[in-house]
Amino acid sequence: MTTHADAPAVNRNATGRRRHRWLAQVGWRHVVGALAVAFSLFPILFVLSAALNPLGTLSSTALVPTGGVSFENFANLFEDTAFGRWFVNSLLIAGLASLVSIFLSSLAAYAFSRMRFAGRRVGLLTLLLIQMFPQFLAIVAIFLIFTTVTDLWPAIGFNTPWGLFLLYMGGALGVNTWLMKGFFDTLPRELDESATMDGASHAQVFLRIMLPLVAPILAVTALLSFIGTINEFMIANVFLTNTESKTLAVGMFGLVAGERNNNFGMFAAGTLLTAIPTVLVFQLLQRYIVSGLTAGAVKG
Amino acid sequence: MSTKLSGPRSTRTSGRGPVGSGLPRTVRSHVPITATGLVVKVVLLGLVAGIAIWAAFPLVEAGKWVGLALLAATTAGLFYLYLTPRHIPAKYLLPGTVFLIAFQVFPVLYTASTAFTNFGDGHRGSKDDAIVAIQSSSVQQVPGSTEYTLSVASEGDPVTGPLVFLVTDPATGAVSAGDAGGLRRLDAADVTVAPGGKVTAADGYTVLTFGQASTRSQEITDLVVPTAGGALRSSGLSRAYEGRAIRAYDAGCDCITDRESGRTWTADEKAGSFVAADGERLAQGWKVNVGGENFSRVLTDPNISGPFFGTLLWNFAFATGSTGLTFLLGMAIALALHSPRMRGTNLYRVLLILPYAMPSFAMLLVWRDMFNTDFGLINNLFGLGVDWFGQDWSARATVLLVQLWLGYPYMFLVATGALQAIPRELTEATSVDGASPWQSFRAVTLPLLLVALAPLLIASFAYNFNNINAIWLTTEGGPFPADNPRNGATDLLITYTYRLAFGAQGAEFGTAAAVSIFIFAIVATVSAISFRSTRKQEEVYS
Repeated sequence: MTTHADAPAVNRNATGRRRHRWLAQVGWRHVVGALAVAFSLFPILFVLSAALNPLGTLSSTALVPTGGVSFENFANLFEDTAFGRWFVNSLLIAGLASLVSIFLSSLAAYAFSRMRFAGRRVGLLTLLLIQMFPQFLAIVAIFLIFTTVTDLWPAIGFNTPWGLFLLYMGGALGVNTWLMKGFFDTLPRELDESATMDGASHAQVFLRIMLPLVAPILAVTALLSFIGTINEFMIANVFLTNTESKTLAVGMFGLVAGERNNNFGMFAAGTLLTAIPTVLVFQLLQRYIVSGLTAGAVKG
Repeated sequence: MSTKLSGPRSTRTSGRGPVGSGLPRTVRSHVPITATGLVVKVVLLGLVAGIAIWAAFPLVEAGKWVGLALLAATTAGLFYLYLTPRHIPAKYLLPGTVFLIAFQVFPVLYTASTAFTNFGDGHRGSKDDAIVAIQSSSVQQVPGSTEYTLSVASEGDPVTGPLVFLVTDPATGAVSAGDAGGLRRLDAADVTVAPGGKVTAADGYTVLTFGQASTRSQEITDLVVPTAGGALRSSGLSRAYEGRAIRAYDAGCDCITDRESGRTWTADEKAGSFVAADGERLAQGWKVNVGGENFSRVLTDPNISGPFFGTLLWNFAFATGSTGLTFLLGMAIALALHSPRMRGTNLYRVLLILPYAMPSFAMLLVWRDMFNTDFGLINNLFGLGVDWFGQDWSARATVLLVQLWLGYPYMFLVATGALQAIPRELTEATSVDGASPWQSFRAVTLPLLLVALAPLLIASFAYNFNNINAIWLTTEGGPFPADNPRNGATDLLITYTYRLAFGAQGAEFGTAAAVSIFIFAIVATVSAISFRSTRKQEEVYS
């Protein structure tokens, strides 16, 4: 009898202990994960709710859409503002700027990593120092310089994407060269030496051998630079005053600068649409990103 | 090997020096020229030449000979560099460096030179500009002034184009166009004059309608057209008079004299202003070198230095807080999700990094609106009426919370990557030796994480130190104390500088540039110290 009665009790104890152990080892991790996800998502949920809110005002927006769902804000965004134009401008500037800037800095990183020349150390330290000086601090000088540029060459002056692009390229070397050089340093020298033996020129070594091998860090810097450029507001705000030439950041800031309450739905819809290119680039480069970020991190 | 592989070029270059020490020379010893390489080179250099020619025309037209010489020298340099087989490192460094010098180094040097001047509102141009401005702004109608019939026109767009006065001389009927540059006679064939002398149309100008003109009345009142005997000003929208300058410059005493009151203002070359005996200054001054005055003002003027050091302190707190909090939270979550028995980590990861993919400028504005006192989600949700951005400490805490939300996904991502790179045997070994999880974290995991992430943390600190978006798009530096609208509780040095340079108080470019130099020095020092202390970095120099 006693054995019969004991068996389930022991069993129950065992499952209880197992559940307890599961909670202690894994369960709490899910709790932390869920809390973190909630913290991450609630502002995004709020934006989604605002974008779908037919009233389109800030005061009528709750965390979940309560007053029905409509796509009116999206339609208004394209009808009442030059959102499409801003979107194209932003994609053009951010896409071009990130591509050209990673190309420029990978060229420099290759030279710093693989070649020995007079002024190499000084050059590296200078880059580090210049990087500390945010371009924005020189905005007065930049403004005056581009006033002259606009007089001489209106095509690359104020209110053009080209002027802004050139200006962003000024910061290209400082930001990414160090990160890339660290990654180039991890590639064994034997690789390019053997290619040189086989008769490859320095340009062929760079383009055919080094660049494909550093793809992860190229992906990461491209992504960081894309995100950075699309979010750049202060310089663009000084640069672009025509409605037609604005980028997303400048244009959408204008939406909520004056009419904070009324345009909020349109603004939220714009925010969601702006996230799309970033998420796409993220997805496209995903398999490189974690390895690239940390590899760069370890090496500095 | 070089004889076997290289083309005709190598016989020329290999004789030039010993081969083999250092990569550049090894490479140079056999430069195979491929057809594709040659075509790319020709196309790119052609492009450079094309751009240079395109850029040269406006320079010639404007007579900017220094600029033209610079352009020619740069182009020639580029051609030389890419046609010679030598200087291989420079071939790789130059493209980025050209941009760096033109759009980063040059503006920085320009800023540095501005820091030693009094450049700003009232001190923009040369002394001669200031004298012209003083004389023409003192123009007044005197008995016997000639009265003209006026039509206000603009060049180009009637709303934003530069204004032009079209005036008809009552005696001769001749029409002239005048702006701040002076008066020019117009050909009678190009203008249509209505009876009474009013110009109704003119080639090259848009005559403003009454409505258009009245919206720009302030600009019209301010427009002064210098003439030989004084200056032309408007009186209403349809009449102009040629008045006499009341104040005149006298080169003998280097002073400005007011004919009516007899007061004199003597030029002070040190301050770049005309100063009267009792210390009164005329508003129009000129740009002069003031030496280290801007720097000493930032340090000693109690109106500037008090808020400056407060701002500096908060700036450090903000940068440390943003970096530290995001790192702690990101690492904590990465640790929690880093377990071999954990399922669904990929899903968590995708959801957690969503904030990183959202446009940060927009999310900063969304957070600002969520904390809005009247309509914001936070107050609505909890039924509060707190003015979050109205008090110093709640505003600061809010700004840090927003930074935490924006920044921790990145830290989570890199911490996860770094954790995966730490061999599991290490932590297993500590637990076999009887260490608690906390001990093994303190002794093994954390040091390894910090070594891996230290450069990123320093970079994050440097970025946040000047994170202008984080402040400007949320609090704009506020709340401001009642007695000092220049410097708010959440102001960073960079937002403070921005307000100095472009704020409503009037532009003070000189002081702003001096503060910029301070910011640069502070960030550079902090980074230099921290880079020096991370041993890892030394390796990279080797």
